[in-house]
Amino acid sequence: MTPPSLLTKEYKTINYVSGPLIFIENVKGVSFGETAKITLPNGEERTGQVLDVSRELAVVQVFEGTSGIDDLETRVRFTGEPPKIDVSLDMLGRIFDGVGNPRDGGPAVISEESVDIAGTPINPYARDKPADFIQTGMSAIDGLNTLVRGQKLPIFSGSGLPANRLAAQIARQAKVLGEEENFAVIFAAMGITYKDASFFMTDFERTGALERVVFFMNLADDPTIERVATPRCALSVAEYLAYSHNLHVLVILTDMTNYCEALREISTAREEVPGRRGYPGYMYTDLASIYERAGRIKGKTGSITQIPILTMPDDDITHPVPDLTGYITEGQIVLSRDLYRRGVDPPIDALPCLSRLMNLGIGSEKTREDHRNVADQLYASYAYGRDLRRLVAIVGEEALTELDKKYLEFADEFERKFISQGNEDRNIETTFAIAWDLFSMLPEEELKRIKLDYVQKYHPVYKGKSRGTS
Amino acid sequence: MLHGSIARISGPVVYALDMRGSRLYDVVRVGDEQLNGEIIRLDADEAVIQVYEDTSGLKVGEPVVNTESPLSVELGPGIISSIYDGIQRPLPILMEKSGDFISRGIAVPGVDRDRKWEFTASVTEGDTLKSGDVVGSVHEYHIEHKIMVPPHVSGTVTQIESGEFTVEDTVCILDSDTHITMLQKWPVRIGRPYAKKLDPTLPLLTGQRIFDSMFPVTKGGTAMIPGGFGTGKTVSEQTLAKWADAQIVVYIGCGERGNEMTDVLTEFPELVDPRTQQPLIERTIMIANTSNMPVAAREASIYTGITMAEYYRDMGYDVALMADSTSRWGEALREVSGRLEEMPGEEGYPAYLATRLAAFYERAGRVVCLGSDRRAGSITVVGAVSPPGGDFSEPITQNTLRIAGAFWALDTSLAYRRHFPAVNWINSYSLYIESVQDWFAENIARDWRELRDKTMFLLQKEVELQEIVQLVGPDALPESEKAILEVTRMVREDFLQQSAFDEVDSFCPLEKQYWMLKAILTFHDAITDALSKGASLQQLLDLPVKTEIARMKEQEDVATIKGLLDTIDTSVASLEVAQ
Repeated sequence: MTPPSLLTKEYKTINYVSGPLIFIENVKGVSFGETAKITLPNGEERTGQVLDVSRELAVVQVFEGTSGIDDLETRVRFTGEPPKIDVSLDMLGRIFDGVGNPRDGGPAVISEESVDIAGTPINPYARDKPADFIQTGMSAIDGLNTLVRGQKLPIFSGSGLPANRLAAQIARQAKVLGEEENFAVIFAAMGITYKDASFFMTDFERTGALERVVFFMNLADDPTIERVATPRCALSVAEYLAYSHNLHVLVILTDMTNYCEALREISTAREEVPGRRGYPGYMYTDLASIYERAGRIKGKTGSITQIPILTMPDDDITHPVPDLTGYITEGQIVLSRDLYRRGVDPPIDALPCLSRLMNLGIGSEKTREDHRNVADQLYASYAYGRDLRRLVAIVGEEALTELDKKYLEFADEFERKFISQGNEDRNIETTFAIAWDLFSMLPEEELKRIKLDYVQKYHPVYKGKSRGTS
Repeated sequence: MLHGSIARISGPVVYALDMRGSRLYDVVRVGDEQLNGEIIRLDADEAVIQVYEDTSGLKVGEPVVNTESPLSVELGPGIISSIYDGIQRPLPILMEKSGDFISRGIAVPGVDRDRKWEFTASVTEGDTLKSGDVVGSVHEYHIEHKIMVPPHVSGTVTQIESGEFTVEDTVCILDSDTHITMLQKWPVRIGRPYAKKLDPTLPLLTGQRIFDSMFPVTKGGTAMIPGGFGTGKTVSEQTLAKWADAQIVVYIGCGERGNEMTDVLTEFPELVDPRTQQPLIERTIMIANTSNMPVAAREASIYTGITMAEYYRDMGYDVALMADSTSRWGEALREVSGRLEEMPGEEGYPAYLATRLAAFYERAGRVVCLGSDRRAGSITVVGAVSPPGGDFSEPITQNTLRIAGAFWALDTSLAYRRHFPAVNWINSYSLYIESVQDWFAENIARDWRELRDKTMFLLQKEVELQEIVQLVGPDALPESEKAILEVTRMVREDFLQQSAFDEVDSFCPLEKQYWMLKAILTFHDAITDALSKGASLQQLLDLPVKTEIARMKEQEDVATIKGLLDTIDTSVASLEVAQ
């Protein structure tokens, strides 16, 4: 590559402005993906990125929006470099806007390194297998859908459901057993309200974690297109902290639905062929370029764990945003309005939840040997109990067999005792103890998912007693 | 060589000028960084190129050089146990050259040039050879890697020698002055030639009860696994890659998760093939083009994979190819098509989606290979499909359905209750049952087909009965039908469910599968009979033998399961006597 020339040329040849895009004519030497600086007639400077370039025309998306841009006076300068962010360990405890400028009135960051926000894909061969169990203190996660370091586990929420509280509780309680914590949290807000953002800030402040957190704030009234850059800035900082400073970084991205809407806005302005519900056909690839930046690298101690939060429009899990997310992330935690109404806190609907990396983080060395079996059995029994609820609604409880009545009760107790826990921070042993107490509601021969040895070792009936006293 | 220059850059698609004389699908080097790309459209002297690497930083006016050869893979010893990206660049070498993150413009050969192989000649001077004939072999792990006369080449051997050679050394010279090396190149978009296609009649055994016993696929057949996210497509693909009785497995991670490939990479060297007792990695070729890697290389990855599969098929091996996921490949096609501003077909996919899919799946099959010994080889293709929203009416699922021989429909509601493999037994089907029933009758048991059909009948009956139960409650059913519901529950939980992570249960030999099913159906016959003689259903269900049936999965010894049959009869009979 040739170094950028000192003589930079300014163009006043904007000939078309549409939505977030401007089209500039007769450009020379512009590279794909580079940053453009746009100077408005009133002297205001904005930043953009080249989306398409040909011999006649460059298409630039303007992060701060296009209002006020005219086709006569506005000047555009191309920097020859892709959008970059200055990163530094000193960013911890600071608040930035969606593209990395200080928002807390503090000084600019003294750059230790300047990195391309788009990042580059990790070589799959260089990846290290996620294997460390993170104890979040939440039974529904630790017991059923274990989170491990380097995983990307999103929360699928609905409007009005307490996803933020859950995410904050996880950030607060998460720890790896038997290890001193060397952690950082990166919080990227995309189009959320000031109230939601300040909830997180207050929570981090209360727990004294504030100086370990980097905030990137693009709030609801901030420029929409800036949102496209926000998660990338946040993850660039995360990568720097994880791989250059050996920190275990937890990245919370909220709300991915707003991000996808910004993406759709750009796509529509470019008049691209729309995919499902108007979202662009490349949204899967685009989301992957964000989510896949979670992980661990061989020979490095740091890691990046992601908890993206998204709102399912109309609670519809098949909507493109949750759907494509679910296809990329390693599982999902799903909140349910039904459980929320019934006072289950957190209202996690266990059935559609999943952690794909669970098996890597559990077992005799890490949590307990019966973990997999216990989780499977809880799922099977709860699922059966839930089916029966539907049946009862039609034929009444009297029509059920004795065994089925027990399952029905099991499902209720499971939600009340296991899932629901409020602000309690449960260790994994407590979670197992609750699970086995629930199992004792069912006849022993129903515990088909659990190995006989484990039943005899952990079933409350056998604890401290010899066989056959039941 | 043809030189042109960049005229426009739009994401992964680059337009180049002054390219007259180029052919479609020629490989080009784009820009100062020499990024790899492929010509996908010609328009006067303009060529449209899909670039296999990130195009950021490219400028209008930078050079484009046509290599004048189509996208090809290198075939030779050293492929097995390798992990490649979508255009056959070995990932470990990319890591050496560019570190933990993939940078651009690196050209690396697919097959190691320096390594020496012990070549044993199997023909002598004066022998007349035609294409496909084996001139000798090297040992690639425990696989005998046959060195073959390339397609369209023949002649009489003038010189041949055993010894240590690199892949580029000449091992054999023919009188046509053809120098045969251990390295072949083959364009990925063209299937390798074979003598003749055969009807697939042998089952591809997978050790998975739902597949082997209920919906078998043949060696040389095709199967599809569609399912929403979290239904276990990847786990199914990986399970098949582990336990399928193929000699070579090609595993393509096409636009999927990076951590999953890491999983395969760390797990396969430790796992042992139950048939050969060799580490699984020593029969596996991996292609990893994860979702955040360039989209055009994702499109190429499945062709790269199947070409390598064909190469091993040509040696006379049974190859199983897992493509996870073909939907991501289709989306790559859609993305590039969108950038070309082509008229979209259904849901934005290009109109040629169906033909491309069909052409890919048709490269599967059991064939008589080229060569005088008329050896037979096969490629079985198992493609995962990721329908948006789990809705099977979308184009990729529908177009694949028209081609695939076995349809293993994954079901979200089964996955939610952790019934794995979450294959829906009502919706799934296999077109190969007729083809393999003779094999089963000879090798397993005469009544295999009968057992299978009876099981399917009971499961179908269960659906009807469940509908009634949903309306009027279980009490309305007669005892005999309640018995069916109990038995089908046993079929579901004690037979169809199989843990991919349990040491014993993850691989279930065919004989064990047969006796497990036989035990459950024997139990059904016994209790139906007892009911007709007036026994009470509850008493029958309380028999301890029912618990033993439930624990069959954990049982390694098939004889014990066989023994259950007698226990069932005697315990049911004892109940009758007691009355």
